[in-house]
Formats: sequence, C-alpha cells, structure tokens
Amino acid sequence: MFNSEQNHWFVRKVIFWRAAASVAWSVLLLPVTTALFAFLSRFSLFHPIQWISGGQYSFDFVLVVGVFNLEYYTVVPSVPCTKIALLGKVLHPQQSVHSLVHSMMGIMVTWCAATMIGGRYWILAAPCSEEEGVTGQKMCLNEYYLFFLLAGAFMGYSYSLLGVVRNMNYVSFQTIQQCKYLRFKGMLPQVVRYSAVQSLYSVRNYCLFYFFFGYIPRAWICTTLNVHEDSSLHRLDTVSGLLDFRLLYHLWLSGTFLLLTWHITLLLFRIFITEAYSFPVQSSFSEDVSQCLPKVLSEKQPLILKFLALQDLFLLSQQSLSRRMEVFSLSQPGGHPHNWNAICKECLSLLSDLSQRLVEYQEVVASNGRARPLSSHSDQRSTSSETLVTSGTEEQLQTPQQSIGLKTPSSVFLRSTSLGLHTPMTAPFTPRQESPFSSSSVNRFVGNVDPSSPWYGSVQSPHVMRRGPKLWTASTGSPPGSSLPPSPTTIPSPVPAAQKPGLFSLWLQNRQEQVCSRYSDLCLPEASSQALFADSQAHIWALEGLSNLVAASYKEDRFGVVQTMLPSILSTMLLLQEAVDKHFKLPHASSKPVRSTCCLEDSTFKTLRFALRAALKTAMYRITVTFGEHLHSVQMSAEHRKRLQQFMEYKE
Amino acid sequence: MNSLSLFPPPGPDGNITLFESNNELVCGTSLGSRQKQGWEPPSLLFPRESLKPHSRPESSSKAAFLDHRDTLWMRSARAWRDSGLSGLLDEIANCTEEEVPRWLTVGCSWTLALLRWVSSFHGSLFPHLTLSSEDMVAEFSQVLDWSDCAVRAFAWHPHTDKFAVSLLDDSIRIYNSKSATAPTLKHRLQRNVAALQWKPLCASALAVACHNCLLVWHVDPTSLSTRPSSGCAQVLSHPGHCPVTSIAWSPNGSLLLSASPVDTAMMVWDVAGESCVPLQRVGGGGVTFLSWSPDGSRVLASTPSALFRVWETRTWTCERWPCLKGRCQTGCWSPDGTRLLFSVQGEMVIYALTFTDAPGEPHGWSGSSKAAAIVADLSETSFSTSQGQVRVGGQVQTMAWDPRGERLAVLLKGDPEAPDRPAMIAVFKTRISPIFELLPCGFVKGESGAEPRLLQFHPHFPNGALLTVCWSNGRISHVPFFFVSAGGSVLNPGGSPPWPLPQSRAVENGERLLYTEMSS
Repeated sequence: MFNSEQNHWFVRKVIFWRAAASVAWSVLLLPVTTALFAFLSRFSLFHPIQWISGGQYSFDFVLVVGVFNLEYYTVVPSVPCTKIALLGKVLHPQQSVHSLVHSMMGIMVTWCAATMIGGRYWILAAPCSEEEGVTGQKMCLNEYYLFFLLAGAFMGYSYSLLGVVRNMNYVSFQTIQQCKYLRFKGMLPQVVRYSAVQSLYSVRNYCLFYFFFGYIPRAWICTTLNVHEDSSLHRLDTVSGLLDFRLLYHLWLSGTFLLLTWHITLLLFRIFITEAYSFPVQSSFSEDVSQCLPKVLSEKQPLILKFLALQDLFLLSQQSLSRRMEVFSLSQPGGHPHNWNAICKECLSLLSDLSQRLVEYQEVVASNGRARPLSSHSDQRSTSSETLVTSGTEEQLQTPQQSIGLKTPSSVFLRSTSLGLHTPMTAPFTPRQESPFSSSSVNRFVGNVDPSSPWYGSVQSPHVMRRGPKLWTASTGSPPGSSLPPSPTTIPSPVPAAQKPGLFSLWLQNRQEQVCSRYSDLCLPEASSQALFADSQAHIWALEGLSNLVAASYKEDRFGVVQTMLPSILSTMLLLQEAVDKHFKLPHASSKPVRSTCCLEDSTFKTLRFALRAALKTAMYRITVTFGEHLHSVQMSAEHRKRLQQFMEYKE
Repeated sequence: MNSLSLFPPPGPDGNITLFESNNELVCGTSLGSRQKQGWEPPSLLFPRESLKPHSRPESSSKAAFLDHRDTLWMRSARAWRDSGLSGLLDEIANCTEEEVPRWLTVGCSWTLALLRWVSSFHGSLFPHLTLSSEDMVAEFSQVLDWSDCAVRAFAWHPHTDKFAVSLLDDSIRIYNSKSATAPTLKHRLQRNVAALQWKPLCASALAVACHNCLLVWHVDPTSLSTRPSSGCAQVLSHPGHCPVTSIAWSPNGSLLLSASPVDTAMMVWDVAGESCVPLQRVGGGGVTFLSWSPDGSRVLASTPSALFRVWETRTWTCERWPCLKGRCQTGCWSPDGTRLLFSVQGEMVIYALTFTDAPGEPHGWSGSSKAAAIVADLSETSFSTSQGQVRVGGQVQTMAWDPRGERLAVLLKGDPEAPDRPAMIAVFKTRISPIFELLPCGFVKGESGAEPRLLQFHPHFPNGALLTVCWSNGRISHVPFFFVSAGGSVLNPGGSPPWPLPQSRAVENGERLLYTEMSS
C-alpha cells in the first residue's frame, strides 16, 4: 500500500501526523454535531442514550472520510479541458470506488440518524397495520426507513460526484497565515451554510429520483426480504406521499448532518495540511542535512513537501531576519554560499521551466493555427486553441529526452498517489505508442509499468492525464475512423471490471473532437490556460521569495553572495515576463472565470495565472525599486536592458 | 502643556503659505521668489460649481416619478431587491384590502414593527448603524466635510510623480508628470468614493473604495487614452461589506485590506484571485479606518465605538486598545513602523504608542507599551494677528507623517459656527531616533476663505517633504518643506544646514520643544 513516496520522511513525520490530528479533531467535534442533530430532530433530549450510541457509529465514518482525504488530496488540481474529459474523470474506476464507499457510508450515517430520530424510522419491517394483519403475522415494509437509507446512499454519491466536478480534493494555500483555530472559526459558519444548502439541493434531487424510480428498490427489497407492502399507508413515490413535511425536514436535517461531518473533516484536513512548516536553513549535523530547506526545495516528490518548502522560503524571505542571514551566510570551512546557491538555482529552474512551458505552448498554437485545416468554422478560435495544445503535448512527449527526463515542472510537481489514482485513466490515451495499446493498458491496470517504456514514470502523473484528452485528439488530424485503437478484442479477459470504463472513456475521447467542434459550448476554452498554470502557486512563491531575498540583500548581504546571481535572476524574470505577456494575448487567456461562491469549492487554481502575472510584476518592481540606478551596472542583453528600463520608469 | 501656544502665529490674511525654508514657513502672495526645481506638481483648481454631484440617493428620487401600479408580485420583488426584508414587509403592509388578505397585512406590519424595535435596540448599541450609507462615509472619512467637498479623495503614487484625484461627480482623474494626458476614470459602480490608494510595487493599479464595492483600476501608464474603459477595473465585492470607507495596500503590494463601518469583519483581498478572507472580531460594530505601517508589520484598525485594534501581520492576531472618550478618528505610523500616533474623537490631543519589538522575530507582544502617551495638546489658543484675534485648535480630523519622519501635518477641525475659528493645518517637526521629539513648525494657510479638507505627503520628495493640501474651494496646492534629512546631524533635527541659519531663531526653536521622551 505504501510506496516510496509514502515512506518519505516528511510524509511519515509531518503529513501523517497532521492528517491524524485533523481526523482527531473532527472526531472530537462529532459529539457536538450529533447532539445538535439529536436536539433539532426531536426538539428534546429525552433519550440521551440513543444518540450516544448512534454517535459512536458515525465516529467510524469520519475516520474513513479522513483516510480518503489523505489518499485523494492534491496540491495541483487536474483541470479537464473539455466536458467530455470531465465525464471521463467521473467514470474513472478510482472515482467509482470513491463514490461507492461514500454511498455506503451515506447509508450507514443515515441509518445512525434514523436510529437517533427513532419513531417511525426505527425498523425496516414491522407487523402490518391492524385491518390487514388480523389473521397472520405478516411483516410489512416500513417505506420511510427504506426512503431514508436510500437518501443516504444518494447523498453520499452526490457528495463524491460533486467532489470531482468541483475539484474538492484540491488543497489550496491561504494568502495569509492565520492560526488554525481562527481559520476554522472563520470558516465554520460558511461550511454550515454550505452543507445546509447542499443538503437542500440533494433532498430536492433525491425526491425527484425517488418519485420516478422509487418503486424499483422497494419491489426489490420486498421480494428479497419477503415482506409486504402496506397498502393502508401512502406510498412515498406519489406526490402526496412526498409532501410529508416532517419527513422532508428529517431528511434535510440528516443530510445536513451527514454533509457537515464530512465537510468539517475536509476543512480540518485542509487547514492542518497547509499549515506553514518551518524548515531549518542549515544544520550542523550531517544526518539532518536532508531536511534542510535548500535540499528539500530541490526534491521532486512529494509535491506537498515542495510546496511547503516554497511557502517557507516565501515566509522567511519576508519575515525573518535571522533566517535570511543564514541564507546569505558562507559555508564553514570553504566560504561558499551553498545555501543561497541551492535556493536560487532551484527557484530559477522553476521559473525558467515555466517560461519554457509557456513558449512551447505558444509555438504550438502559432504553428498549428496556420498548418491545420479546421474541420469546423463555427468556433475556430476555441477549436484551434483546443486542438493545438494537443499536438504540442504530443510532440513533446514524442521527443524522448523530454518525456523521459520530465524536464517540465508540471510533471515534476505532480503527486502520484499511492493507489495510482490516475494510472488507469491515462492508459486509454496512449494510442500512438509503439507497443500495442492493449498490453500496455493492462499492464498499467495491474500496476506494473514497464520500466523500459518511455511512459514509465510519466504515466503516473496527473499532468499527462490532464493532457490526455489532447494527446488523443492529436491523432484526429486524420479522418476520425483511423484514430481508433486496435480492436478491443485483443484486451485480455482478466480485467473485465476495468475494461468497461476504459473503453467507454476511450470512445468518449474518440468522439471528443467531433463533438467539440460541432457543439462548441461543450468545450471549456479557458481550461487549457488554467491547466497550464495549475501549479503556479509554486512559481508565485519562488518569485516572491527570490525577489524578497534580493531586495533584502541590499542591506543584509554582507558577503555579496546575491550580486553574482543578479544578472541571471533578472534575465530569468524578464524572460518569464515576456512569455507571460505573450500568453495573455492568446484568446481566452485573459477571460475571467466565474467566482465560486463557497469556501469549500476552491477555485483558486482558476485565477492563478492572474496571480502569477501580478506577482511577477511586483517582484520586478521590488528589485528595481531597491537597487534603482545600480541596476545599470548589471550585465545583460540590450533587449533586457530596454525592458528593465521600462520597469525603472514605472511604465509596465 | 498647551502646545499650540508655542507655534508662530499664522500669517497675515490674504497671504498663502508658500514653502518652508531655513526652518520657517514663508508666506506670500505668489511663488515668484522661489526657483523652480525639477517637476513641480500642478496646482489644480476644481471649482465646486463646475462639478455636478451625483443624483440624489434612490430613496428620494422615487417620489419624482409618476405613480405606476405594478402587480403585487412585481412590487414585492422590487422591494426585496432594493431594500431587502424590511422593504418587502413595508410593501405588503401598505397594500390595499383587495390585493392582500387582511391577516397578511396585519402580520407584516407587526413583523415590521418588531424588526424596527430590534434594529433600534441594535442601533442604540451602535448608533452609526442608523445613518444612511452616504452619511456614514461622511462621518468616517478622513476628509473634513466630505459630503460637500469638491475633492473627495487624493492619492500620490508611491514611486513616481503621479497622483489620482477623486471628485464630487464620482470621477477620478490621474495626473502624471511624464505625460500630458490626464485620464478620467468613470465606472457605473464608482459612487461615493471614500478613499483611493495606489498599489505599491506596481505602476498601474489603483484601488478605490466605493459605495458598495471596491474597484481596482488598471490604468496603463503608457496609454494615451483619456477615458479608460470600465473593463480596466476589477470589481471586488462581498455581501454585507458596504459602504467601504477605508482601504490599505500592504507595503509589499500583495494584499489589500478593506473596511466598512457596518461589517465587523475586515477583508483581506487577494486582488488577482478576487478572493477575500474575512478577519472577524466581535466588538466595535464595524471597522472605519485602516492604516498599514510602512514596514508592513502592523495594521491599525479603528472601529466606530471607543475601541481600536492593532493587528500584527504575521499570524493576524490583534491587540485591543479601548479608548476612554470616543472612537479613534485617525492615525499614522512612523516610517520605521515602531511608533503610532493617533487621535481620539472628543479629545484635542495626539497620543503615541510605541512598539519596540523587532518586527519579524517571534517576540510576541512583550515589547509594546501598556498605555498611550499624550504627545501634543491641541486645545484652543488665540493668536492676535493684524486682522484681530484668531482662535486655533480643536479635534484632529486627519494626520500625515512625511516618509522621512521629520514633519507631521495635523488637520484641526474648526468650529463651523464660529468664523474666527477656522479649520487649520498645524505642522510639527518630528524626530524619531534616538528619541522621539516633537517641535512646532507653523500653520499652513491657504487662500482667504478656503479651509483645508484633506492632506497628504508626497512619498519621495527629494529635497525634504512636500505636503499636498486639498482646500474647500476646490484648490489642490502643494507646500514644499525644504530641509536636509537629519540622518546624521543630531544637533539640528529639523533645520537646514546648507542655508545660513539665523542664530536667534535656532535657539528659540530649541527652547520650544513640545514633547520628548526624556521628559515624559
């Protein structure tokens, strides 16, 4: 279960403990929510024993939700570029497991809730009412009970589904550092409101669902358990049956209780996991060197470690004089600025990787925009930007050194989950590979990736998945039929479970471009831009940290270690500035996304490109304001000097 | 300690204060005597008559239209949209018998009465909540007599010679030393501008505190357009957070704070992401004025009741400072962020708070002082001038400290009823290190009949300090204070060594020390 990433010291020592603490706190909060629920459901506390026993069960489910949070979280969201890709994401086997488990837990929690409410929700089968059951001991189905349990399953499933659609597993970092308690306190009213509203929607949808399909589970339960339907009572899949306000109130309340416990667990998990962690800048003990900031920054995995390290760099550059002095200090003996060199090199490589990624994207857009005849004239722009990414990725991945070396930071930053979350998803998107499609896909399903394949390593990253649909569409420059993979019959039989969604999403991908070009509203034109900047929080911190350090060095750097790097820092930033400026001239790049209303649907990643642009300008200005005229003596190319002059005259 | 009595008397009527040189303020009728040095900021005049104020608020304009009978649903929906629940109840309660059943009308009027009773109770706790939003802005704005002032807000750019002026007609104009075009910014939502601030470490972003939102304009400095489209403005709004009366950018340009007297939460905006984090604290009933210390480590947030808070910006925790008399009207930070001067409504004094712990190092709050010290007494003083008695003194409307920490300008509220006690600007000389000292400098006078409304220092004037004053007649004037920064010379803190100094004047100044930490 635990792969190498999970065995990383940071995950073992910090992340697990943080996750455990968040789960512990949500368990501690459970009695409060349970008491509140019991109070609201009955307006009395006559039977305290019952709800205590009920609460004990829901304790287990919070644990399960907590474990799921830990398994599924990501700091880089996966942005589906089309609605079809989104559908593929939803139908993904991994996601099916998630949904199934959540449905089960939903059933269990509503069962607890039903027990706590008591009354008519007490038992599934009861002796039939008097008129009918005079003669024998016929057992009749208590439809309320069934209705309640199904509602739990429905809500669990819709929670899981909405989680995917709204990227609930994405963990974003706060702009300000508040202490955990205050953050939780500030968010709690919003979470309660959000849970109540979501529960209301769920109840509405569920009622519709039950109205049309309620007879199926009822008949099934009746035949399996050999109970009868009580004809003297109202059926619940009728309008009059559903207009029982007490029932709806209890349903809504249980749903709110269910969602609230899960949302609180999620919220606490996010708060604990994103808490700033202070890494030592240098250590005098050699065994601790691997845990110091310069070393940690250069590590690729796990991503959360990289992000926390960059956040720590940002904070130390801004707030801590003593730690900045450690960064600027020289090694003993030797007198080399190892700390600064390592930090600066890592930040610069991050930034130049981003500008390279942007330039590649632009080149692809530019070249294919001319070369490729578009199949549709309805929405040329969106189609071109859509398809173009595609082949760009393809080119990139076909070049062996790029795909194997994984130079792009996007893949560097990605968290490959222990369960191989995205692995099966990527499998169908590899039709251009030399090896037959079938075998490679099967290999990946069972988890053994052939190390000699160029896909080894890269396949696990969600980035490829994110680009997956584009990879696929890349081949559709040729007529659509020819892009079909080898016949599905070659797929061996042992994996029938995984086969279906794989093929289905494959088929979906196949149809994607045609649909996309025909019905342009199915495509999400902005998404490719969002996907390009999905991990930009890291770049923002690198920019802020680096520019703060450079600005601080004006007064604090006694040995002049920063000065030697100043030309390369400036040129890297200017190159990135150029690339970002060009990117914002592309269609859809500067259109603003719709702001999400709620706290838990985190849409920070949608605006990261704007944040990056602002951070880049601020970083440039910070350096020019601090150094002023001295920058004239820094060596750089004429073009960069011209650009820098713009900054010095405040004309950017 | 009546410190205003130590001031030199204000200049004769008809003269205006031109500049400070050789330690004294020079008055005159025109600027002919002084050499122009570099770029002179333009002295602008916006006559009150030329500006058409925004049309009256919606409540009063309703009566001007013909009565039109909509259906009840339409009217209810509109009432709900315009003024929420109370409007809806009011609409239904005033319906006729045939439209609505009697029990509903009665029920609505009862609910409305109950609601009003509850809100009046709430209003008695926080009286400012009963004000209309325009009155609220006028009450808490840093501008004296905001509702009738031609210039409603003013902001210098922190790095270049550029400033933005917000006028009575809700437009904003930007004047730049390097270009002749003065862009005018107008936006549908840009009403009742209470404050302006340029984003630090950025050339183009200007934050505007408006009636019911925050606007962040991105004005391209190279553009030649005189009317940037409203697409250049980002709208930041949060339900329940209006009117916005104060905004503050963090000095490193990453965050924007906004405050509203009706909202107990202060918003921390991530402008690029258009998302905000509310920082909620119970008590006070709202936040009226924000000031970020120049080193970025602390923020002053005053509330409409007798309480203000000082936030530290590492983990965003706050210190509560209850005042005795009234709310904190204004405050300003010394350039190193260690000293906060503030004034309280109802008292004619300036207080100082000292924060000695080094920002950024985790010392907690051990170093800050336990009580505020009075550093200046501004109670009323009479001066006899050639025109007769002039009385000066009063409560502080706003204060500004120049970026080098050597001049402190204080706008004193006058008495609107008494013509011989006008609003006045008193300028102090200050020294921060090694000890904090306050010395009198003089009064700044404008054209006859003009009262000061707003003041701000230029953020990087090379030859000393440049005070920009907006006057009640719509004039914006700039008063330079020429001095050499006292970085090294301890002997003559506010003086100007290169100019020959009259000996007697210096001695006199030495005796006139208003406040020093040694004596207190």
